[in-house]
Amino acid sequence: MKIPNSSHFTQIFVFVLLALGIVGLALGGYLTPVSRVVINPIVSAQTWLAKRYQAVQSLITQPDDVTTLQQKNAALEAENSRLQTQIIELQQQVTEAQLLSTLVDYERKHVENQYTAASVISRDVSPFMHYVIINKGSDDGLRKGMPVITDQGLVGSIAAVTAGAARVQLINDPGSSINVILEKSGVEAVLNGQITGEIQLDMIRQDASIQAGDLVMTSGLGGNYPANIVIGQVVTVKSEASELFQTASIQPAVDFSQLEIILIITNFQPVDISPLIPSSTVP
Amino acid sequence: MKIILGLILFGIIIIIQSTIVSSMPLLNGTADLIMLIVIAWALQDRVDTAWQWCLMGGLFASLYSALPFGVYIAGYLICVGITRLLKKRVWKAPFLAMLAATFIGTLVVLLISFIARLLSGVSMDYLSVINLILLPSLLLNLILAIPVFSIMHDLSSWLYPLELEV
Repeated sequence: MKIPNSSHFTQIFVFVLLALGIVGLALGGYLTPVSRVVINPIVSAQTWLAKRYQAVQSLITQPDDVTTLQQKNAALEAENSRLQTQIIELQQQVTEAQLLSTLVDYERKHVENQYTAASVISRDVSPFMHYVIINKGSDDGLRKGMPVITDQGLVGSIAAVTAGAARVQLINDPGSSINVILEKSGVEAVLNGQITGEIQLDMIRQDASIQAGDLVMTSGLGGNYPANIVIGQVVTVKSEASELFQTASIQPAVDFSQLEIILIITNFQPVDISPLIPSSTVP
Repeated sequence: MKIILGLILFGIIIIIQSTIVSSMPLLNGTADLIMLIVIAWALQDRVDTAWQWCLMGGLFASLYSALPFGVYIAGYLICVGITRLLKKRVWKAPFLAMLAATFIGTLVVLLISFIARLLSGVSMDYLSVINLILLPSLLLNLILAIPVFSIMHDLSSWLYPLELEV
C-alpha cells in the first residue's frame, strides 16, 4: 500500500481552503464586482451569438411561416366575409321583422278585415305604368280587385292574378281613379294618379272649403275600395273661378318607391257596377 | 343553341330590368336593357337570329308589363327593322349605328307605349311625358348603349366564330 505524500495533502488542504474561502466570499457578496467583470463580456458574447442564430433560424424557417400566415389570413378573411354577410342578413331580417310587426299591429287594430301579407318582388318595366308585382297569387286566395294597403295607408288594388304572383295597380298610376272623402269637411272628390307619380284630387265642388293638411280617405263609393282607408294629406289647393271644380295635390301617406311588404284585404269583394252604367249603344 | 341561349339571357335580363333597373329611375324615365340587347344583337355581323331574339325579348317584356300584350313585341320588331336598315347605311361605324338605333328605338318604343295608354283611356300631359319620361329614358339608354354593344359583340364572336380558309 502506497502512503500518500505529505506535500500532496498540503496541496489538497490549500485547495479546499481556497474553495471554502471563495465560497465564503461569494456568499458574503464580496465577489460581485469580480463576477461582473467576468460575466458581462460572456453575456454580451452570448447575446450577440443568440441574435445571429435566431436570425439564421428565422431565415431558414420563414417560408413555412409565411405560407402558414397566408393560409391563416385567407381563412380569417373568409370568416370575416361570412360574418359580414351574416350581419347584413340579420340587419335585413331585423328590418323585415320590424315591418311585419307594424303590419301585425295594424291587423290587430283593424280586426274587421282579413289580411294576407306579400312581398313586392318587381316593378313594371314600362315607365308609363305604375304597377308592382307581388309574390302571392290565386293559390293564396288573392283575386282581382282586392285592395292593397300598408300600415301607412292605401297602396292600390290587384289588377291581375296568376297562380303564384299578382300585379298591383298603384294609386299613383295615371289609370287609377278612386272615390275619396276629406275627413274634416266631409267633401267628396275623385283621386287620380299622374304620370309624374303624384296623386291629385279632382271634381271638388267650388263651394267646398278645403285646406292644406286635410286628411284624404277612401269613401267606399263605387265599390272598389272599403271606406276609411287613409290615402294622404292635402298639400295645395287650386281653385279658379272659371273652372267647374277645384283641384288639390295630395301628399300620399305611402312611399311608393320604398314598398317592400304589403297587406291584401282578402275579405273585401269589389262590386262591378259597369253593367249599371248606361251605354250610348243601348236604345 | 342560339335560341336557348337567348331564352336564358332574356330570362336573366328581364329579372334585372324589373327588379333593379326599374327601381332606379331618372326622374320617371328608365333604361330599357332588353331593347338595347335586341338592337345590339341585330347590329352584329353574321348574326342570323336577330328577329327571333327580338320576339323573345318582346314576349318577356310583355309578361312583366301591364301594357297591352304585343306593345313591346311591335316596338322591338320596328327597332330591329330600323337597326337592320341603319346597319346597311352605316356599316363601317357600328358604334354610331348603335347610338342612332338606340335613339330611334327608344322614341319608337315609348311612342307606342304612350299611344297604347292613350287608347286605353288614360289622359297624360304631353310635356310631362317628354320631360319626365322620354328625355331621361333616352339619356339612360344612350349611356348604356356602348357597353351593351361591346358585350353583345363579344357574345356574337363566341357564338358565330369567323371561318378561316386553310
